[in-house]
Amino acid sequence: MDKMPKWADVVLIPLISLILAAILSALVILAIGENPVEAVNLMVTGALGSTYGWGYTLYYATNFMFTGLAVAVAFHARLFNIGGEGQAMLGGLGVAMVCLYVPWPHWSIALLAACAASMLFGAAWAAIPAYLQAKRGSHIVITTIMFNFIAAAFLNYMLVNVMRPQGSQDPATARFSETVHLPTFQSMFSTAENVVFRGAPANISFFVALLACVVVWALIWRTRLGYEIRAYGHSETGAVYAGISPVRITIIAMLISGALAGLMAINNVMGEAERLVLNSTEGAGFIGIAVALMGRSHPFGVFLAAILFGFLYQGGAELALWTSIPRELIVVIQALVILFTGALDNMVRMPLEKLFLGLRKGAE
Amino acid sequence: MEFFITLIQVLDSTVRLATPLLLACLAGLYSERAGIFDIGLEGKMLMAAFFSAAVAAVTGSVWLGLLAGIASSLVLSGIHGLASITFRGNQLISGVAINFLAAGMTVLVAQSWFQQGGRTPSLFGGGRFVPIEFPFAESLSGVPIFGPIYSELLSGHSILVYIAFLMVPATWWILFRTRFGLRLRAVGENPAAVDTAGVSVVGLRYAAVAICGVLCGIAGAYLATALQAGFVKDMTAGRGFIALAALIFAKWRPWHAMGACLLFGLLQAIALRFQNIDLGGVVIPVQVMDALPYILTVVILAGFVGKAIPPRAGGEPYVKER
Repeated sequence: MDKMPKWADVVLIPLISLILAAILSALVILAIGENPVEAVNLMVTGALGSTYGWGYTLYYATNFMFTGLAVAVAFHARLFNIGGEGQAMLGGLGVAMVCLYVPWPHWSIALLAACAASMLFGAAWAAIPAYLQAKRGSHIVITTIMFNFIAAAFLNYMLVNVMRPQGSQDPATARFSETVHLPTFQSMFSTAENVVFRGAPANISFFVALLACVVVWALIWRTRLGYEIRAYGHSETGAVYAGISPVRITIIAMLISGALAGLMAINNVMGEAERLVLNSTEGAGFIGIAVALMGRSHPFGVFLAAILFGFLYQGGAELALWTSIPRELIVVIQALVILFTGALDNMVRMPLEKLFLGLRKGAE
Repeated sequence: MEFFITLIQVLDSTVRLATPLLLACLAGLYSERAGIFDIGLEGKMLMAAFFSAAVAAVTGSVWLGLLAGIASSLVLSGIHGLASITFRGNQLISGVAINFLAAGMTVLVAQSWFQQGGRTPSLFGGGRFVPIEFPFAESLSGVPIFGPIYSELLSGHSILVYIAFLMVPATWWILFRTRFGLRLRAVGENPAAVDTAGVSVVGLRYAAVAICGVLCGIAGAYLATALQAGFVKDMTAGRGFIALAALIFAKWRPWHAMGACLLFGLLQAIALRFQNIDLGGVVIPVQVMDALPYILTVVILAGFVGKAIPPRAGGEPYVKER
């Protein structure tokens, strides 16, 4: 017997957790001597009040969709991939190599190649922790954390010693050529008399992210592999009894997860920066954890949560611009969301379960 | 002789850099031996670094700073305990949340209190831990070999350094020679057995998490008030994770933890001093030194060089049978 109706599990618990996180965030803003209502107003106008704001919100949301999906897929196999950050960094390296060293005739072909390269590099970076978890039993959380640091050092080396153009002091690659620049929302949606999304970084990768959401949904709920991943995530012994190989599922789920995290690079590296810089991921790999937890590991939930975090990111940047509240407020909110939707889930769940049980007894 | 002086200087810097790692590593040791995984060491250190520096800057007393650092770290430990012991949540997710909470809150509060772009004012005088000079350190420094070792390497560190290294035998004694230690280890391996014996699993685990908080607090205070003079944004710079790596490297044993922390401290000291190392034609880039602790940990975890097996009940919330 289910203790709670499904809608409560899917909608009510995340909502209550979110409200708790919001209340605490408001208290934090109060404590540092600012007005939370004004702050929210400023965030809403800054992030959603103009096409420019939306252009940034959706740009950030695109990053978070990729990393959120990455964490979500791993969650389905009950694997906690903290390595999205490193995998996205390596994805960036793949994109940079494809865009710098191959003369592409058109951006569309370049985008396909960049997708393939970023997924390949991201998956490759997840492959070693996956193998070690599956074959040697090394805890995936620890190994993926370690791989984040190794990725940062590796990227630092590549940018400083190998890929930096001669004479440049900046640890970054050369700019990609004009032909591989992705169409931005500004060029896609503006008409001659009405320019929208002016100067905002949102680009065609957003639609790739939407497509990725759909593909992941189909993969998890409409294919045999997705069924095996979910079965393994629910019960390892049950899955083994059904003839599902834990080694295979662990490795495949992590490869998909790494590929999705790597795919983020088409947005931030190819779409926005148009070159590879140090710390291009800006922590998006970690925000994926919050996004996946909030979205209950469902692609549609991930989509909504990614938009929410995109809003928070852009709103936070506006706050930092106009008030004395630093951008780190967003990190606090992110922490509270992870805490309430992830670690303190039972704190919200237990009283609710009691409530629903009580209601049901009353109805009988 | 020049080589010897350089060696002493590098080793001296090793001791300084190993101290926060060692404190955090022992902190993790208590927690994980009791079955509570803690990847929030980094966050607790960062929080303690800020509050110790902030209170030391305002009051001018480094000891009050240390207390504030420990208290702030304990608050985060309390959250971790609440999430992973009382509400039986995912300990890893809780740790991730704590790291972000610390990264955000420190800058937010620092900006609100000091308006210096997320840092505290520089500490001076009584706001910092001063080096302790051993007796006769000055007069013995001229003695060949022994002199520099005594006056440079052993003497002249702040009290927290000596506390950290004394914590190693203390931890060994507590864990392996006291009743509390036996129970703490048992609760990390088989909590049901401890429960059957009539000892509180929850109480033991909270105790372990609290000890972890105190040690992380000292580690953070050391960073901000002894190693450096004040707090800067993200000043732990991954040390909590290196400590975690050291803990695995040491296979959750106190003396080995000291060895691992000294090794990783040495790597940091070498990277700090030499940048790129030229080994007769083959140049080791500084990034390799940065990544080496993590690479070594992965190798150890892979079990090709002696398998690292964590406490059996680690990461599992304990549910009492009814």
